[in-house]
Amino acid sequence: MTFVLEARALGKKYGKRWALRECTIEIPAGHVVGLVGPNGAGKTTLLKLAGGQLEPTTGGVTVLGGRPGSTPAQLARVGFVAQDTPVYAGLTVAEHLRLSARLNPHWDDGMARERIARLGLVPAHRAGRLSGGERAQLALTLGLCKRPELLILDEPVASLDPLARREFLQGLMEATVEHRLSVVLSSHLVSDLERVCDYLIVLVDSRVQLAGEVDRLLATHHRLTDPRRDPDRLPADQHVVSASHTDRQSTYVVRTEAPIHDPAWTVTPLGLEDLVLAYMDRRPAERRRVALEVQR
Amino acid sequence: MMWLTWRQFRGSAVMMGAVLLILTAVLALTGPDLAARYAAGIAECVPGNTCADFFDRFFDDYQAPFVAVTLAVLVLPALIGLFWGAPLITRELEAGTHLLVWNQSITRGRWLTVKLGLIGLAAMVAAGLCGLVVTWWSGPLDKSAAPELAQMSPLVFSARGIAPIGYAAFAFALGVTVGMLVRRTLPAMALTVAVFAAIQIAMPLAVRPHLLPPVTGSFELGSVNVDGLQILPQGGGPLELFVRTTAVPGHAGAWVLSSELVDPSGRTLAGSGAKRGPSSTIAGSIPVSTTSGPCARTGGPPSMDACMAEVNRLGYRQRATYQPLERFWLFQWIETGIYALLTLGLTGLSFWWIRRRLC
Repeated sequence: MTFVLEARALGKKYGKRWALRECTIEIPAGHVVGLVGPNGAGKTTLLKLAGGQLEPTTGGVTVLGGRPGSTPAQLARVGFVAQDTPVYAGLTVAEHLRLSARLNPHWDDGMARERIARLGLVPAHRAGRLSGGERAQLALTLGLCKRPELLILDEPVASLDPLARREFLQGLMEATVEHRLSVVLSSHLVSDLERVCDYLIVLVDSRVQLAGEVDRLLATHHRLTDPRRDPDRLPADQHVVSASHTDRQSTYVVRTEAPIHDPAWTVTPLGLEDLVLAYMDRRPAERRRVALEVQR
Repeated sequence: MMWLTWRQFRGSAVMMGAVLLILTAVLALTGPDLAARYAAGIAECVPGNTCADFFDRFFDDYQAPFVAVTLAVLVLPALIGLFWGAPLITRELEAGTHLLVWNQSITRGRWLTVKLGLIGLAAMVAAGLCGLVVTWWSGPLDKSAAPELAQMSPLVFSARGIAPIGYAAFAFALGVTVGMLVRRTLPAMALTVAVFAAIQIAMPLAVRPHLLPPVTGSFELGSVNVDGLQILPQGGGPLELFVRTTAVPGHAGAWVLSSELVDPSGRTLAGSGAKRGPSSTIAGSIPVSTTSGPCARTGGPPSMDACMAEVNRLGYRQRATYQPLERFWLFQWIETGIYALLTLGLTGLSFWWIRRRLC
């Protein structure tokens, strides 16, 4: 089985700071993968490594079975829409299509023109005059119409208003279904990804905390609520992701393969956002506790 | 890729083309007239042996445009490094568009190859055209220029022939490399100009004089290499001679590296230091009688020619080292070759950097 993205102990260091470390993941083909994590968690670094924009410091990464960015053929198989969807301000929309047509062997010109027309972009307009949403759509069009097998998008909707966000993601979804391509997109907002992703990677503090298909993640995570109880007394096959306590009750987010039978617990299903937040919360929570102890 | 490079470059190319077109047109229109005046003047002055006067007058008339076009050729490579080289990559990095273009189905090595090749070629063509047109136009003036602006002298040499091609290629590669390392347009531009200027100053000071061992020669003193003499008003004391440091007789256009007055046994004669002579001269005191003989004051100042004849008879000479004009094209090729090597080095560095270090 080939993976769209396969990383082994992948790490990237800027100076003395690790932007990404010990990243080992395998993403099967055919998914829309959401890469989520707080700002500065290493999302862009991981995506740039996958796009061949960066060289790893440690470990290795293969994309669609090849070394990222190494050859024109490899570049042709991967589309990359960078953060803030950069385009040439001085070039017109039509000139962007032309440059992509000349630089990509599988360029689908009919599809590009059709998309541009449907989006209401005027070919003669300079890209510098486009709104943020239009610019993002142009960048997406350039990424899609080179007909890649994998499309990587780095925070594509970060600077868009809610309506433009919805339109952009909608367009992305339609194209994904139509052309059966794999997509990896990052965001620091789960709500952006919730609608479109069926695979999720949570990246916190330069480490991968969680990776898997969304359905499976939701099926194996539960929120347990109970009058205060010690976590040591939780069944052994349950892994506590996060815990919070008030005077009256304890709430745990746990991961478990087995069903939960203990009637003492109130089990509630977990939404994707809560799940992600539970993972994001973990490390800062530890730190917070240390800080409190110091103050005491 | 060619199309994109041209699309991004065409504004600069059109502007450069327009400037060069105007310059070439102006020089092409005035050049023949200049050459005709020179030829007529030479025809007139040779029989009367008054060509030195003609050269002075002729050069004076055209000194302003001569200096202007020479400066234009000197500045052009710096401008190319500044406006074509430095922003080439910083502009992409600052706008983030490198992430757009480097994710098309083209490796960044190839992207850089086309960019450097096309724009570097344009830079060399522009500088070469400018340099050769100016060389052609100022030919008559170079033949009649004052020794300070001799064709081999540092500034004029750099603004003639094929050397500007090397400078332009180097300045462009320097700008690109500095831009890649500094990553910001304005600091990259400033650093490019500073480094280029430093190298352009260091070259004639430290390297060019030694491209070939300079020629050493002893020359009789005369109007070409002596810019005046001086004796005490009351007579007596030594004869103070002001020897030019920029000219040697019989080698017009040469670049004089050192010049001094020597006595018959070859010892250097220093000046008394009492008075400063004209610019670009050094003083030397000659122990010749200034109370009687050709160098004595007889009613008025002594006759220059007679006094010089006496001094030469006694064996005093100008001893000079110089790079003769005959080496002009040889030096042009060597210098262009040096800059070509520097350019290749920088290009190699920029390819390595863009593949390994730049993101």
